[in-house]
Amino acid sequence: MECVFGLVGDGFAIVAADTSAVHSILVHKNNEDKIMVLDSHKLIAASGEPGDRVQFTEYVQKNVSLYQFRNGIPLTTAAAANFTRGELATALRKNPYSVNILMAGYDKEAGASLYYIDYIATLHKVDKGAFGYGSYFSLSTMDRHYRSDMSVEEAIELVDKCILEIRSRLVIAPPNFVIKIVDKDGAREHAWRQSVQDVTTASL
Amino acid sequence: MFLIGFLYLASQSVKKIIEINPYMLGTMAGGAADCQFWHRNLGIKCRLHELANKRRISVSGASKLLANMLYSYRGMGLSVGTMIAGWDETGPGLYYVDNEGGRLKGDRFSVGSGSPYAYGVLDSGYKFDMSVEEASELARRSIYHATFRDGASGGVASVYHVGPNGWTKLSGDDVGELHYHYYPVPPAIAEQVMEEAAAE
Repeated sequence: MECVFGLVGDGFAIVAADTSAVHSILVHKNNEDKIMVLDSHKLIAASGEPGDRVQFTEYVQKNVSLYQFRNGIPLTTAAAANFTRGELATALRKNPYSVNILMAGYDKEAGASLYYIDYIATLHKVDKGAFGYGSYFSLSTMDRHYRSDMSVEEAIELVDKCILEIRSRLVIAPPNFVIKIVDKDGAREHAWRQSVQDVTTASL
Repeated sequence: MFLIGFLYLASQSVKKIIEINPYMLGTMAGGAADCQFWHRNLGIKCRLHELANKRRISVSGASKLLANMLYSYRGMGLSVGTMIAGWDETGPGLYYVDNEGGRLKGDRFSVGSGSPYAYGVLDSGYKFDMSVEEASELARRSIYHATFRDGASGGVASVYHVGPNGWTKLSGDDVGELHYHYYPVPPAIAEQVMEEAAAE
C-alpha cells in the first residue's frame, strides 16, 4: 500500500513517497513525511512497518552524522548505501527490519545517484526504482518516458504522471504524496501533491 | 478493553486515562496490564529526566521514550495502543504510540477496537479552533457512538482537558446513561389502562 519511487536526472535525483500512515483499515494520518533528509546531500525514502521504518532510518541517519563528526568529511552516497545494506544484512537472520529504502544522493565526483535497497538487503545502483503496489504502475510509466538527461521540470512531469496513474489505477490508492529532490545545492523538499487535505466536514 | 486472541470483558469501570504526571496524560487501549505498566514506567523516566535536566520533558520526548521502549519489545506480544497528550513549551502536543513501535504526531486520534466509529463522529465535528466546551462534548459524543456500535467498548466516558497548567478532569459519564441523555425515551401514551375493577 505504501508507494515510494524515484529517478535520476541531469545532475539531480528525485524521490516521491505517499504520506499515509495506515493501520489495517484505518488511516491515522495523511501527511506523514516518509522521506528523511540523511544529511545535506542525501535523502532516504523508506516504506515498511511503522516502527521499523522510523527506527532504522534514524539509526542510519545518526551513524552517517557520527562518521562526519569523527572524520571531518561526509560519507559518499555509495558508502552510506552500502552501510545501510550491511546493517539490514546483519539483522536479517536474527531480528530483521521490514523496511524498503530508496537512497538518493549527490556527490561532487559521482554526481547524482539512486540506490535501491530492499528489506532483504538487496543493493542496486539504479536510474529509477520503486517499491510497493504503486511500483506496478510507476515502473512501466518511468520506463516508457525516462531519459537520463531529463531536466527537473521534465522529471517532475514524469513523477506527476506516475502519481496520477497510481491514484487512478490502484484500488486503495494513497491520496497524498511528497516529492523531494537532491542536487548540487543540497537535499530539500520540492512539493506536496495533495488530493485530500486535512479538512474535516465541520469546516466545510 | 480485551485480551489478544479472544474477547473478554473484565470490567466496565477501569480507568483508561492514566495520569503520567500533572501535565501529561496517557490513554489505554489494548492490554490493560501492558498499558498501566508501561505508562507508569514512562512516568518514572519522565521524572528522572526532570531531575537530571532541571526541566520538564517535552511531549515529543516522552512519547519517543515510550515508542523506543515498546519497539525494543516488538514481536514479544505486547499489546499497547496509546495516545500521549500533554503541554510543553511548544504548546499542546498529541502523539499516537503503539506496540509495533509506531509513533505519529497529530491533531486528533482515535485508538482501539471502536476507533473507526469514533473517527466518524470526531472527523465530522472537528475544527482546530473549537472551544473547550465544544471539544469536550465532541469527545464525549465520539466515545458514546463508538461504544454504541462496538461490543468491546463501554463503561465510562472520561473527558480530560490539558492546558498550560496541567490537566483537569472535566467529566466521567456512564455510557449507558449518556444514551438516554442523547436519545431520551418519549413517555409512552397508554391506550388502554388496566385498573382495579370497582368492587361489586
